Amino acid sequence: MVRRFINKFYVLLVFLFLYAPIFVLMVYSFNDSRSRGNWEGFTLRWYVELFSDRQIMSALYYTIIIGVLSAVISTIIGTAAAIGLDRLGGFRRELVMNITYLPVLNPDIVTGIALMILFVFARLQLGFITLLLSHITFNIPYVMLSVLPKLKQLDKNLYEAALDLGATPGYAFKTVILPEIMPGVITGALLAFTLSIDDFVISFFTTGSGVSNLSIAIYSMARRGINPRINALSTLMFLIVLALLIIVNIRMSKENNGKGEKNYASKKQVFASASSSDRVSSSRLYELEQQ
Amino acid sequence: MDESVIKMFEKEYGVRVVYDTFSTNEDMYTKIKSGGSNYDVAFPSDYMIKRMIDEDMLEKINLDNIPNYKYIDQRFKNLEHDPNNEYSIPYMWGTVGILYNTTMVDEPVDSWEILWNPKYSKEILMMDSQRDSIGIALKLLGYSLNSTNPAELEEAKTKLIEQKPLVLAYVVDEAKDKMVAGEAALALVWSGDAVYGMLENPDLAYAIPNEGTNLWFDGAVIPKSTQNKELAEAFINFLNEPEIARLNAEYTGYSIPHVEARKLLPPEIVNNQAAYPEEHELDNVEVFVHIGDMLKEYDRIWTEIKVH
Amino acid sequence: MKRNWALTPYLIWMIIFIVVPLALVVYYGITVNTDSGVAFSLSNFKRFAEPIYLRVLWRSIKLAIISTIICLIIGYPVAMILAGNSFKHKNVMVMLLVVPMWMNFLLRTYAWLTLLEKNGIINSILGKFGLPMLNILYTESAVILGMVYNFLPFMILPIYSVMSKMDYSLIEAAEDLGANSLIVFRRVIFPLSLPGVVSGITMVFMPAVTTFVISRLLGGGQFTLIGNLIEQQFLYVGDWNFGSTMSLIMMVIILISMLFMNKADGPERSGGLW
Repeated sequence: MVRRFINKFYVLLVFLFLYAPIFVLMVYSFNDSRSRGNWEGFTLRWYVELFSDRQIMSALYYTIIIGVLSAVISTIIGTAAAIGLDRLGGFRRELVMNITYLPVLNPDIVTGIALMILFVFARLQLGFITLLLSHITFNIPYVMLSVLPKLKQLDKNLYEAALDLGATPGYAFKTVILPEIMPGVITGALLAFTLSIDDFVISFFTTGSGVSNLSIAIYSMARRGINPRINALSTLMFLIVLALLIIVNIRMSKENNGKGEKNYASKKQVFASASSSDRVSSSRLYELEQQ
Repeated sequence: MDESVIKMFEKEYGVRVVYDTFSTNEDMYTKIKSGGSNYDVAFPSDYMIKRMIDEDMLEKINLDNIPNYKYIDQRFKNLEHDPNNEYSIPYMWGTVGILYNTTMVDEPVDSWEILWNPKYSKEILMMDSQRDSIGIALKLLGYSLNSTNPAELEEAKTKLIEQKPLVLAYVVDEAKDKMVAGEAALALVWSGDAVYGMLENPDLAYAIPNEGTNLWFDGAVIPKSTQNKELAEAFINFLNEPEIARLNAEYTGYSIPHVEARKLLPPEIVNNQAAYPEEHELDNVEVFVHIGDMLKEYDRIWTEIKVH
Repeated sequence: MKRNWALTPYLIWMIIFIVVPLALVVYYGITVNTDSGVAFSLSNFKRFAEPIYLRVLWRSIKLAIISTIICLIIGYPVAMILAGNSFKHKNVMVMLLVVPMWMNFLLRTYAWLTLLEKNGIINSILGKFGLPMLNILYTESAVILGMVYNFLPFMILPIYSVMSKMDYSLIEAAEDLGANSLIVFRRVIFPLSLPGVVSGITMVFMPAVTTFVISRLLGGGQFTLIGNLIEQQFLYVGDWNFGSTMSLIMMVIILISMLFMNKADGPERSGGLW
C-alpha cells in the first residue's frame, strides 16, 4: 500500500511539473497587470486585445489555411505514393523509402535551411507559396508511413479479382482498396494537419515578408518580452486542444467497442499525439507500433 | 511604427501593407540581400544605407514625388552616408545610451565603465547587436567606434569578455520591457526605447556617457526589389505628413527630423532629454560608418564574445 | 502502368524538395565564394575546428546529454508506474501525459520565461513565504530546464509503450523462483524495457542537440548552441557556406548517434533475457 501511494505521489509530482506552467499562464491571462508578479484583479482585457491584434489574427489565418491545404495535398500525393510504392519491390523501394525517411530523421533546422536555399536559388519569392510547399514536403512522409501498413494488410487478390470480374482499375480502387486503407489515410491527414499547425523551425526559415504562422508570431512576441496576450492565446489553445482530444477519444472508444481494440485505439492515439509535437518521435513511435 | 498609421495609409490608397520588423540592421540586410523578399520600403540606419548604396541594392528616390521632404530639418539632410539624399529620406534619429533604474543605481551614470561595475552583476542588459556593443567598448577604451584597427578591436573584445559574467542577458527587443518591469538595473539601449521605458516607469532614466556614443539616423529607402516604386514613394511621403509623423514619433519614442511634427509633440516627449538631447551631450558622438570587409572581423569577435 | 502513375508525382516531388535541397546544402558546405567565383574548399570545416566553434559544439552536446539523463531519471519510473497497476485508468493517465505536448512548443517555452523572471511568478510566490529568490533565468540551468520540460514526455512514452507490452508472466516466474524485486528489475524488467529506453534517449537527445529556440529564449543569448550558430549564419551573417558546413556536421552527428543507438538497441532485441 505504501509503495503504491509513493508511486502515485511521484507520478502526481511529475504531472504537476508538466501542467503547472500551463495553468499558471492560464490564471495570469486574467490578471489585470502587465508585469506578472502580482495579482491585480480579474480582467478580460488581454482576450479583447488578442482578437484585435492584427499580427496574431493574420498568423492564425495563415496557420489554418496552410494546415488544411498542406494536409489535403500531402494526403493525396502521399497516399498515391504509398500505393505506387506498395507494388514496387527490391532495391528501388528501399531507395525511395530511405529518401522519404530523410526529412523525418533530419533535424528540422537542416530541412528548413535546405528548403530555404532551394527557394532562394530558384528565385522563388519567400512567402505563402514557399511555406505551403515546405509543409507539404515534410507532411508527405507521415502520410505514407500511415498508409503503407494498411496496404500491407490488404489482400491483394481482392483487387485482382475485381479486375478479373470486369471492374475498371479506377472503380476497383475506389470500391476495394480505398475503403480498406481509409483509416490510414485519415490518420495521415490528421497527422499532417497537426504537424503543420505546430511547426515552427521549418516555417521560420521558409517564410517571407508578411506571412507568418502562429508559432512564428509567438516567437517574435516572446523575443520582445512578456506579453499577456500570449497568456490569453495559450489558454484558448489549451482549451481547444483539450476539447479536441476528448472528442477524438470518445469517438475512438465508440468505434472500437471490442476489448482488445480499445487498447489499440488509445495507443494509436498516443502515437498520433506524440508525433504532433515532434516528428522524430513519431517515426520512432511508429516503429514501436510496428514491432 | 504605429499600426494605426499603416491602417490609415491602407484606407487612403486601397492597398494592403505588409509590415515586418527586424531586431537589427544586419537582420534586415540579410533578409533583403538573400533575395526571396520584395519589400517596397525599408528603414535602415546610416551605415547600412551606405552599405546598401555601395552594393547597388537601392532605387534612387524621386524627390518630386515626396513634397513633404521640405519639412525635414536641414541638419538631417545631405548627411555623409547619402550626400544628396538620392537614396534615402531621413526618418528618425537617436543615440545609444544607458537606461537605468534610479532605485537600483545610486551613483551618477556618466561613463560606460558603469556597465563593467561588479556591483551590478547580473543586473546589466547588453545589446545583442554587434556594432553597438563593440562600439561602446571601443568608446570606453578611447577609440573610435568605427575602428578597424585589429589591436583596438582585440582590446574591445577582451573588455567585453571581461564584462560577460556581469551580464544578465544579451537582448535587443526585450530590454525596454525588462527595464520597465524592474528585471535589471542597467541596459544598453537606443534612445527611443529609453523614452518608451521612461514613460512607462518613472523610475527609469537615460544617460549618454561622457566618453561619447553613437549618433544614428534611420532613413526610408526603396530596395531594388520593389514592384511599385511610385507607391513606395507615396508611402514615404505619407509618413512625412506632419500629423502622421507626430503619431509615429509618439508611438515609437524615437526622435524625428521633422520640423512641423516636432511642434505638435506633447511636452513630455519634446522636453525629454533622451529623445532630444542638449547640444553639449552630443559633443563626442560619432556616426557609424560602413566598415566594408572588416564586418567579418566584427562578426567573428561578436561570436567569440557570445560563445565564450 | 498504374503504379508508375501513382508514384510519379511523389518521385518528382521527392527529387525537387528532398534530394535537390540537400544536394544544395552539400554544395554550399564544401565550397567558398572567392573573387574569381565559387571554388571547392574544405576551409569552412577547418574553420569549424577552431576552438570557439568546437566549444559551441561541445556545449550543445553537453546540454543535450544532461537533459537526456535527467529525462531518463525522472521519466523511467513514471513509465514503469504507469505501466504497472497503480492506476485504474491507465489510458486516461497516458492521455493526460500527452496533453501538454499538444500545446505549441513555443508557448511551453514561453511559460517558463514568465515563471522564472526575477519578478516573475515563482519568485513572487517564494517571496510571500519569505523564501530566497530563485534566479536561474538566462543561465545554463534554465536552458536545461526548458529542454527537460519540453522533451520529458518523449522519454516516458516509448518506455511506457514497451513496458505495457511486457509479458508479466516472466516477472511472476522470476518472483516465484525467489528473486527479490531488485533482481527482478535488473535481470528482467530493465533488459526488456531497453528498446524503449533507447527510443526515448534518441527522441530527447536529437531535438535537444539541434534546438535554437530554447537557448535563445531561456538563455538570454549567452549560451550559443550549434542551432543558434546555424540560424545566425543564415539569417544574420548571411554566410550560407559556413552555415551549410555546420548543418552537414550536425547531420553527421545525428546520424552517428542514431547508428550508435541502433547498435545499443540491436543485440538486446536478439539476445534478450537469456
